[in-house]
Amino acid sequence: MRWLNHSRSGRVVVGATASALMILAAWLFTESKSETSYIWPTFGQVWTSFRETWLFSHVGSDVWPSLRRMFVGYGIAAVAGVAVGFVLGSSKVLDAMATPVVSFLRSIPAAALLPPAIVLFGIGDLTKIVVIAFVCCWPIILNTRDGVLELDDTMLASARIYGITGVRRFGLIVLPAVAPRIFAGLRISLSIAILLLVTSEMVASVNGIGYFVFLAQQQFAVDDMWAGVILLGLLGVVLNYLLSLVERFVLRWHQPADHA
Amino acid sequence: MLEVVGLGKTYGSGAKAKTAIDRLDFSVETGEFVGIVGPSGAGKTTLLKCMSGLLAPTTGQVTLNGKPITEPPVEMAVVFQDYSRSLFAWFTIERNVELPLRHGGNRIKDPAAAAAEALKAVGLEGHEKSYPWQLSGGMQQRVAIARALAYQPQVLLMDEPFASVDAQTRAELEDLVLRVREQFGVTIILVTHDIDEAVYMSDRVVVLSRPPSTVQEVLTIDLPKPRSQSATKTLPEYAALRTRVYEEIVAPENRPSHV
Repeated sequence: MRWLNHSRSGRVVVGATASALMILAAWLFTESKSETSYIWPTFGQVWTSFRETWLFSHVGSDVWPSLRRMFVGYGIAAVAGVAVGFVLGSSKVLDAMATPVVSFLRSIPAAALLPPAIVLFGIGDLTKIVVIAFVCCWPIILNTRDGVLELDDTMLASARIYGITGVRRFGLIVLPAVAPRIFAGLRISLSIAILLLVTSEMVASVNGIGYFVFLAQQQFAVDDMWAGVILLGLLGVVLNYLLSLVERFVLRWHQPADHA
Repeated sequence: MLEVVGLGKTYGSGAKAKTAIDRLDFSVETGEFVGIVGPSGAGKTTLLKCMSGLLAPTTGQVTLNGKPITEPPVEMAVVFQDYSRSLFAWFTIERNVELPLRHGGNRIKDPAAAAAEALKAVGLEGHEKSYPWQLSGGMQQRVAIARALAYQPQVLLMDEPFASVDAQTRAELEDLVLRVREQFGVTIILVTHDIDEAVYMSDRVVVLSRPPSTVQEVLTIDLPKPRSQSATKTLPEYAALRTRVYEEIVAPENRPSHV
């Protein structure tokens, strides 16, 4: 299938066909199961639930609170992560001091942070925001730090030779040079943010998509539960796509991988 | 105009100390083209870094127009060997050349015009909006040369500028540099390991000794100008000079007692 390497439309067709076949298989499977078992809702039932719940009656009460928590937490992680990453990349002493602390803190399984966070911050938005920000910042910190350490000597010498210094050096030379690494960190953290959003809403919340899915399961509303899971999947796809659009715009100068 | 006086650089200290260059003395006159050659490991790059103000020497100093160099002076530009790292990959060709004129040490009134002139001089009109990776290696090095020229330096330092391109491109770039040298009236110091190149391009060649390096010999290259790849390189004088430099570098202990 070498032709797939060169054919963009070919890839789309192959992908769409495979997806359609999988949906068809799932559809046939659930249709046959739902006749005898209530734990398998039909596609029609899930779609009805999806339409009634997410288009758009629960958008204000569940989707928006979820998105707000995630964006605030992720935003804090992005800003703080880049800032701390630059500091650690620029100071050997601080980097040496921080390395053991960072290795420990980032090794704590994210879900384990929820009980202490609830004790400290209650079950409101703050808990979710703090946990998301805390866990998402490590990949951004470490990638930014590595990016700063990898800055090329010749590149920095060129800036110095031509008298590009201070704020201009940072904004015109250093930041663009580190940007691909920052985006690598942002991509990893986005998946973590969605994961933690849902987990934290299941453990401690009174609204949000994660809470909705959990509640539906508790109440044996399996069609609502599946509708929530599907929404979360779609949300992940959309958010990743939006980040990739931003990345492609910011890094539009970047050499495509197949050109190297 | 540029004087290297008692210049020495020792890396590290104590038992591990390594002296790269030791009490170098030579000078470069305004408008001159000076080639610096030496055996590998002779501290050529160390010398270039000290001359450009990127590295503080351990002893001695380099002066430009009588002033000691401690930081890269605005009267100086440098072309590095590795164009893929010296150009800023996120800016177009045009912005790369204009950047030092807009945001760097030599902010001039009309950066766009200066950049256009320099890009024209190196034959890169029509590529202004490209990104560096879209050009061949030789073309990228032309961009680096254009950026240096647009900066309007008195002295242009070149560190193995043609070592990363193929032989034919190398010859083209050598001639290009000789041409723009006249056009922009710039003094050039070329650090190279290539003896042919140093003899072909230079007015004088400074030969460094093995490390810790000192100036082993300074040769005046009185070949006729303009130099030409075909005519100059077939002159018996050219052959004699390059043999002389070769012997200085490869077998200094065997050289005839002319010093």
